[in-house]
Amino acid sequence: MNRAAPAPLVDVHVHFLHDRCGRTDWETLNARRLAVGERIGITLHVGSILGSFGHTSPTYFPSPDDVTYGNEAMRAIEAAQAQRVRGYTTVNPNFTEHAVREIGIGADHGLTGIKLAASRRAGDPLLDPVCVLAAEHGVPVLHHVWQHRRGEVAGQEISDALDLTELAARHPGARFILAHIGGGGDWTHSLRALMDVPNVYVDLSGSGVDRGMLELCLECVGAERLLWGTDLTMDTGLAKLRALDAMGLPAEGLAAIRWKNAARIFRLSAAVFAAATQDLRPKT
Amino acid sequence: MSLIDHNALIGPYPFRRLPDPTPQRLIAEMDRLGIERAWVGHVPSIFYRDVAAGNDELFAALAPHRVRLLPVPAVHPAFPGWPREIARARAEGCPAVRSYPSHYGFAASESAARELAAACADSGLELVLTVRLEDERQRHWLDTAAELIGADVRALVRAHPEVRLLVTAADRALVEEVHFGATPEEAARIRWDVSWIWGPPEDHLAQLFRTVGRERFVLGTHFPFRLPESALAKLELS
Repeated sequence: MNRAAPAPLVDVHVHFLHDRCGRTDWETLNARRLAVGERIGITLHVGSILGSFGHTSPTYFPSPDDVTYGNEAMRAIEAAQAQRVRGYTTVNPNFTEHAVREIGIGADHGLTGIKLAASRRAGDPLLDPVCVLAAEHGVPVLHHVWQHRRGEVAGQEISDALDLTELAARHPGARFILAHIGGGGDWTHSLRALMDVPNVYVDLSGSGVDRGMLELCLECVGAERLLWGTDLTMDTGLAKLRALDAMGLPAEGLAAIRWKNAARIFRLSAAVFAAATQDLRPKT
Repeated sequence: MSLIDHNALIGPYPFRRLPDPTPQRLIAEMDRLGIERAWVGHVPSIFYRDVAAGNDELFAALAPHRVRLLPVPAVHPAFPGWPREIARARAEGCPAVRSYPSHYGFAASESAARELAAACADSGLELVLTVRLEDERQRHWLDTAAELIGADVRALVRAHPEVRLLVTAADRALVEEVHFGATPEEAARIRWDVSWIWGPPEDHLAQLFRTVGRERFVLGTHFPFRLPESALAKLELS
């Protein structure tokens, strides 16, 4: 493997754990993610913590207390890894006042983005205050999505691309990220739904590595609305990165997917990428 | 080191477009990724009633590429003439045959499965099973064949004392269930491909290397369904 980063690389879909997630290996997993990130060449991990990940409240319906603790833990990781980690502020929109308060706290610490899990269907008006704040702060909303909702599933109030487009239409001044196009469900449905929705981006994360998916992403959404990511499986992220390399995209398109789109919508400073960019300079 | 892809297929799929599922494209991908040879099945044979006709297509398609692409024909043990497909596979020097209990409509515990296991054992052919073709969350509403479960694999490995199985597209839970639900002698006759096992940071594959044994796993890309880069990436990172 080429261990040196050939260009900056931003992982927009990352999860970290904390001491109240019910896993004794939480620190190992966090460290493992960062170590593997170095091998892949990830410049910046943009992560979130979904409450207690099911330990004391459901992953996709986190209690306000768990949301608060998770966000605090995420900010602690961000502070400890300032060169390579940024954090989303996670909210559960069923608790509107709490969600607004959490976003405010996040903003006090330099809000990067807002994470919505599957606590309330995307088209529901309860999400509106969250999206208004996202637009005001100029940060994107990463929304957990089940690609093509054909019914209800246990443990989540799932949304699909059509639900998200409904929300995006109500908030044209906000930017949304449709989560993990490879994360389960019919990705062709999502991509066709997003063709003419300019304020919805697509993150490429998820364990799914179907051939044909990247081609359809480029056809329907274009490199200018694609964001690279991993979610729970970094190996599949690396596979998609290599497949993109092999597809012969124009350099600018590849750079957009790797980091430039993320730098723009997360308003990341040039300093974040300075080290990676230096790697590109000829060695004398 | 010479890499062999033990889980590749060619041919179109009825429920989703698979880009260029041809032997030529498979070889191009192998060249790009440094894979020397591949065991190759035939996607339409999963859906044909008369599997022999699918095997005709597979052998014809691979004929110009036999040095690198080894045919793995399909066998439907509840359809007339299936022993001829076993004999043909042996005569053609195939390393294995594939069968799909859910798609063909036979139970892994019934007599047809036992006869298939015995025929494979007697012919020195490994029997390739496929847990899933696609993620079940994205399957077409007409695509209702059940995924293979641990009981199916256990039944088949117990069907004959010398049958050897290669189980493809299994996840960590299935591997563990079968491995620790089998005697050491049975487990030693089962190999697994890596195509559907998670890499880091959860590191399911690395965990299985430690608990089940690295020697039980083989490279499998699940081409043309999956990006072949994926299997190599997880091996590299595990």
